[in-house]
Amino acid sequence: MLSKIFKFNGGVHPPENKLESTGRPIQKLGIPDQLVLPLRQHIGNLPKLRVQAGDHVLKGQLLAEAEGTISAAVHAPTSGTIVSIEEQLIPHPSGLPDVSITLKTDGQDQWLPHQAIDWQQLAPADLAKSLRESGIVGLGGAAFPTQVKLRPASGPGLKYLIVNGAECEPYITCDDLLMRERADEIVKGIEIAQHLLKAENCIVGIEDNKPEAERAMREACAKSSLKITVAVVPTLYPSGDARRLTALVTGIEVPSGKRSTDVGVQVFNVATLLSVYRYLTFGETTTSRIVTVTGNVRNPGNYEVLLGTPVEFLLEAAGGALSDTNGLIMGGPMMGFQLPAAKVPVIKATNCIIASAPRLFPEPPPAMPCIRCARCADACPVSLQPQELYWFSRAKNLEKARDYQLFDCIECGCCSYVCPSDIPLVQYYRFAKSEIIAQDKAKEAANLARERNEFRLSRIEREKQERAAKHAQKAAGAKADAAPADDAKKAAIQAAMARAQAQKTEVTPQNTENLSPKVQAEIAEADARRAEAEGASAVDAANQEQQEG
Amino acid sequence: MLIALLVMAGLALALGAVLGYSSIKFKVDGDPLVDKIDAILPQTQCGQCGFPGCKPYAQAIASGEADINQCPPGGEPGVKALADLLGVEPKPLNAEHGTPKPKSVAVIDENTCIGCTLCIQACPVDAILGAAKHMHTVIASECTGCELCVAPCPVDCISMQPIGEHVDNWKWRYPVFEIKQAA
Repeated sequence: MLSKIFKFNGGVHPPENKLESTGRPIQKLGIPDQLVLPLRQHIGNLPKLRVQAGDHVLKGQLLAEAEGTISAAVHAPTSGTIVSIEEQLIPHPSGLPDVSITLKTDGQDQWLPHQAIDWQQLAPADLAKSLRESGIVGLGGAAFPTQVKLRPASGPGLKYLIVNGAECEPYITCDDLLMRERADEIVKGIEIAQHLLKAENCIVGIEDNKPEAERAMREACAKSSLKITVAVVPTLYPSGDARRLTALVTGIEVPSGKRSTDVGVQVFNVATLLSVYRYLTFGETTTSRIVTVTGNVRNPGNYEVLLGTPVEFLLEAAGGALSDTNGLIMGGPMMGFQLPAAKVPVIKATNCIIASAPRLFPEPPPAMPCIRCARCADACPVSLQPQELYWFSRAKNLEKARDYQLFDCIECGCCSYVCPSDIPLVQYYRFAKSEIIAQDKAKEAANLARERNEFRLSRIEREKQERAAKHAQKAAGAKADAAPADDAKKAAIQAAMARAQAQKTEVTPQNTENLSPKVQAEIAEADARRAEAEGASAVDAANQEQQEG
Repeated sequence: MLIALLVMAGLALALGAVLGYSSIKFKVDGDPLVDKIDAILPQTQCGQCGFPGCKPYAQAIASGEADINQCPPGGEPGVKALADLLGVEPKPLNAEHGTPKPKSVAVIDENTCIGCTLCIQACPVDAILGAAKHMHTVIASECTGCELCVAPCPVDCISMQPIGEHVDNWKWRYPVFEIKQAA
């Protein structure tokens, strides 16, 4: 059936360059000697390490578990031994290293025993916990942890579940091939998501430049017990942006500063739902993904790649980069970024690797002054005013840029694409955004420091008062307690003396009773002598004292 | 005539009561200007300005006892923000109070620490953890980099280490283009 397709403002249609990589089916790439798994493969908190260097791990074994609400686990993509856990170059626009696990593969590819998860019967809380351990993130490129989006609905459920198969960026074809080859599995993933989120309508959005994928999805959807609509949207970049696709297939505009769930919509990429299906039906965690390798390579195509595979290994499989290659881009030509080196690994967000060459991406001419033609405003799919944002960002007038909704900008690059003065507008917005984020963080830290300082001062004041009060109490108490304390002491001494006296009188030696009368007479005689002598010596002593005195 | 007087008197009483009530109900505690100045200051509590913390400096600025250019951690942007708030001309930082440095955190060499607690007493934000005769350590996320703990240490085991650039705090650069000479 045909569904009504709405429109969004602006958008551009750059040369597609998709045919190069759709000629061959998805090929499974071998296991390289070493895999490098950065902990940062998703948006949100870094996961917590659960292994050490030297551990032997099996395929699918947990290496790091999700930490905090927005986070995703990392699993071993194949069996092997962990060589090291240290900072290594990661695919990130900064080109800076980050903590990564290096896994030496053993070639066995031995799975950890895993089993299906009974998602239809499991309690929602247990299912949420299980999904948290899955390590699944949005595979469209943003890498937002899927467990957060798939929390089982407790209330009335969603109005629309939208499945994103638009894949609007030039060159990228991984979702296209996936829909062509594994449509049935994707549809099973849609059924699971529908069950969890209790969605009323399921719509798959596909751009009209992918007729084969559309046909495959229609056939698979027809087999499903669910009513799933396949909506064909016109090929117009950036229709694959979640909010643009929502607007295209439902006519709903997600308001600024709100989430799509606030208006009853949730969007998932096709590959993400396939991972959800594989996880819940077979217990397989995320260990690989489909990557398009294209541009200046001999055999462009799509490959199923183990996460952590070095990009250079992938390039070799695609026949190697041609000699005039001057760089590697991860993502598409509109939103992608230059990789810092060819040895960086494939991560969950790597949907495409483009080998760039001057022939494909000629160096942009120098930027000319803005002539206020407002073509960027016409092209902006978010209906912002890129020319104003440009002025404010360029002048570092960050507050103003924020007031003009800089943070609604999706950095799609349409404005830069149409700019007749070749101004790299998005670079200015990215600069302004990260400056504002840094300032906000500094402000937060300052507030924390102020709070802690005030708390410390009040604590010192309180301790001082407590000490003063204690001293005062002690001083007052010492005087008042002095007399009674002495009396008590004296009484105690008296009592002790009395007790000693009593003991003395009570215990007299009683060892003379059993003796013969003769001996007793002798003792009495001796006692009498001793008493006489003692009396004499006492008199002597008295005399002596008198003489001395 | 009498009615007019009564009406006016009644109005005066009623409005007076409203004003009196609101002056009690909406009483502003303290000087709001001090709080505004304090909000601009970086809260390192380092005392380089000559006052024992950011709040006392804010109070001194508000009462006109101190100048606005005595805060090195705030740097030129801080001076500018204060000048904007107070409606005065911005001026360069007073070098007497020090020069801006890259943000750093204190690090205790735990092998050398003797557990004397002097640094704990010096820390204005309670960011050092430890007990007498036990090793101390700095809670890096709470440290403001004020350097107040460095001087009291009898064994010089505290050093200030600049916070490097990580993936976490990395920022996109301002677009700069090389100017090439035309052939």
